[in-house]
Amino acid sequence: MNNMLEAHSVSKNFGNFKALNNVSISVPKGSIFGLLGPNGAGKTTLIRIINQITMPDAGKVILDGLDLKPENIRDIGYLPEERGLYKSMKVGEQALYLAQLKGMSKADAKARLKYWFEKLEIGDWWHKKIQELSKGQAQKIQFIVTVLHRPKLLIFDEPFSGFDPINASLIKDEILQLREEGSTVIFSTHRMESVEELCDHIALIHKSNKILDGKLTDIKRTYKTNTFEVGLQTENSAQLTQEISDKFEVLPASFKNLNDDLKLNIKLNGNGNSNDLLSYLTSKAEVHHFVEVIPTANDIFIQTVKNN
Amino acid sequence: MNHLPLIIQREYLTKVRNKSFIIMTVLSPLILIALMSVVAYLSQLNNTKERHISILDETGKVSSIFENTENTTYSTLAETDVETAKILVKSKSEYGLLYIKASQDTTKLYEDVVFFTEDSPSLSVIGDLEDKLEKQFTDIQLVQNGVDIDKIETSKVSVSINQETYSGETTSKIDNILKLAFGGIAGYLLFMFIIIYGNMIMRSVIEEKTSRIIEIIISSVKPIQLMMGKIIGTSLAGITQFVIWVVLGFVFMSVFSVVFDIDFSNVKTPQQEMVEQTMQSGELQSQMQDVMVAFYNLPITNLIVAFIFFFIGGYLLYSSLYAAIGAAVDNETDTQQFMLPILMPLILAVYVGVFTVIEDPHGTVSTVFSFIPFTSPVVMLMRIPFGVPIWQQLLSLGLLIGTFTFTVWFAAKIYRVGILMYGKKPSYKELYKWLRY
Repeated sequence: MNNMLEAHSVSKNFGNFKALNNVSISVPKGSIFGLLGPNGAGKTTLIRIINQITMPDAGKVILDGLDLKPENIRDIGYLPEERGLYKSMKVGEQALYLAQLKGMSKADAKARLKYWFEKLEIGDWWHKKIQELSKGQAQKIQFIVTVLHRPKLLIFDEPFSGFDPINASLIKDEILQLREEGSTVIFSTHRMESVEELCDHIALIHKSNKILDGKLTDIKRTYKTNTFEVGLQTENSAQLTQEISDKFEVLPASFKNLNDDLKLNIKLNGNGNSNDLLSYLTSKAEVHHFVEVIPTANDIFIQTVKNN
Repeated sequence: MNHLPLIIQREYLTKVRNKSFIIMTVLSPLILIALMSVVAYLSQLNNTKERHISILDETGKVSSIFENTENTTYSTLAETDVETAKILVKSKSEYGLLYIKASQDTTKLYEDVVFFTEDSPSLSVIGDLEDKLEKQFTDIQLVQNGVDIDKIETSKVSVSINQETYSGETTSKIDNILKLAFGGIAGYLLFMFIIIYGNMIMRSVIEEKTSRIIEIIISSVKPIQLMMGKIIGTSLAGITQFVIWVVLGFVFMSVFSVVFDIDFSNVKTPQQEMVEQTMQSGELQSQMQDVMVAFYNLPITNLIVAFIFFFIGGYLLYSSLYAAIGAAVDNETDTQQFMLPILMPLILAVYVGVFTVIEDPHGTVSTVFSFIPFTSPVVMLMRIPFGVPIWQQLLSLGLLIGTFTFTVWFAAKIYRVGILMYGKKPSYKELYKWLRY
């Protein structure tokens, strides 16, 4: 079994509202899986079903090859989007309590907490109350509580919201390291640049339906249009543009470079070859810039959502 | 995984360590006792005030009956008219002037009795004077009509009815008073407990919602476990507080009475006065024994067992509803619309208990309300000292358990959905929809 988590045709209704319609996803072991979608698409509902907070109306969830059971809460670490801590409880006590709820023994929890407190440099917070901490500090505690019990599957819902850039990159590094140590990560966000940076697999949910999923590189391959961004140095741009337009589909392009070049996006037809294009261009002008246009996660997101 | 003990422990410790909880626990009995001390002190002040009353008796028949007491002295005025007497008494700042005007009619002894004072006289003074005059004039009338007063005195009897049920159980008036006291205390205790600690549960649910920790918690425990843990933990904190109140109450009371020399037996509740009035009609010694007998006559075992079960049942019933309300709203101000339906049956129960059970503990109204689950804990607890057949108690308890199972289920449903709902002020219609999620 290579998938840490599989959801099979999961559906959920709230009254007359369909929150999830027949959604299936597969999260490969050791991957960072991006669960994407606009607000209200059903991401949080799916995450809550995986956490057994909400029960699905139909379909089932399989964790590490077995049907999801109440005991599995030990195997999952969940950082919800709506997150907080008991304001008037002390940091240490609170973290211990939450760890014990996840089934850890008190001694084990204490030792692990000590490790994490040192790692994130928050050693002297043990006796502080949450209300005395800043928002970013409180979120560090939430992050620790989420990962403390070494879960096989980590679920982060908008993990970076509220973090300053330093803490956000700290948390990002921790997520990557946890993956190195064997955890699988599901990660729901709107921030496409972090998807680009972290995720190897994605699924896109829109209006309760899954409309796209797979390996990010595969998806990009399907979405790429065999278009090349070029920068050419020429005396007569208008004439050159005309000449190229006769042979290829040409669109204006904009990118930054040092020279005052002619900038074009050139789309090849189905069987077109980048080498042929390059040698054609070198024969016409000096080529300063030649890059294949790869759709960003953001482009794919907007395009698919609009088309649906 | 059973996290219930862990949740109970947290809820209990958070409540007990809370500063306002500690302050309330220590301060409440102190304030109460201080208040009682003030009342006791004031009533002592009143009793020790000396009064001087002058009497102008034109009939010449009653002035001899006023004997000086510790707090009141009387003096008789003679050879003066009422206007001069009034000026005289006023100039000496005496309490008042009692004026008895002789009647011209030979069949009547007096025409008018007036008591002149600076301000309105106290009721007890007037009552005392009236009693004395009535007795004296009645005696004189009786003698005039040729009745031998001694014979009347010797003919008087005092009747005290012995009460006995068909099964041979004897009861007395004292029994009834004691039963009322027991039932009243038990019912009232439950009522207070529900209101104070139900609210506490509700607030603690709201706190979890507003601090947004709720989703983190319920990804580890089932909502119903969290809810039950909250209810039980808060109740234990409540019991702790109650026990401390009782202990502190006794301590403060003895400290105050020693330090300020206040006799708390002067502060009387209506029940105590009833007991005392009953006692005065007979010999004190045997009456005290009667109280002890009456106490042992109470169905003590039944009372204790029933108290425990009905208390727990009633408390769970209401506190689960409080928890559901807490889950349904975002902040405390939104709770108002849901509080009324909870408080209504509770207040109704206390009213039925106070007005109907005292009058007729086994009447239709009392019996019916002691079966309806929302009023039964209070009403049944008040009825039980008067002897309620076991089958009725069991039936009522069965209904109570059935209903509280339902309300806990209902509350858990609302709770489960409500704790994840933000920003909406829910209507009853909305709540009904949640039940079907």
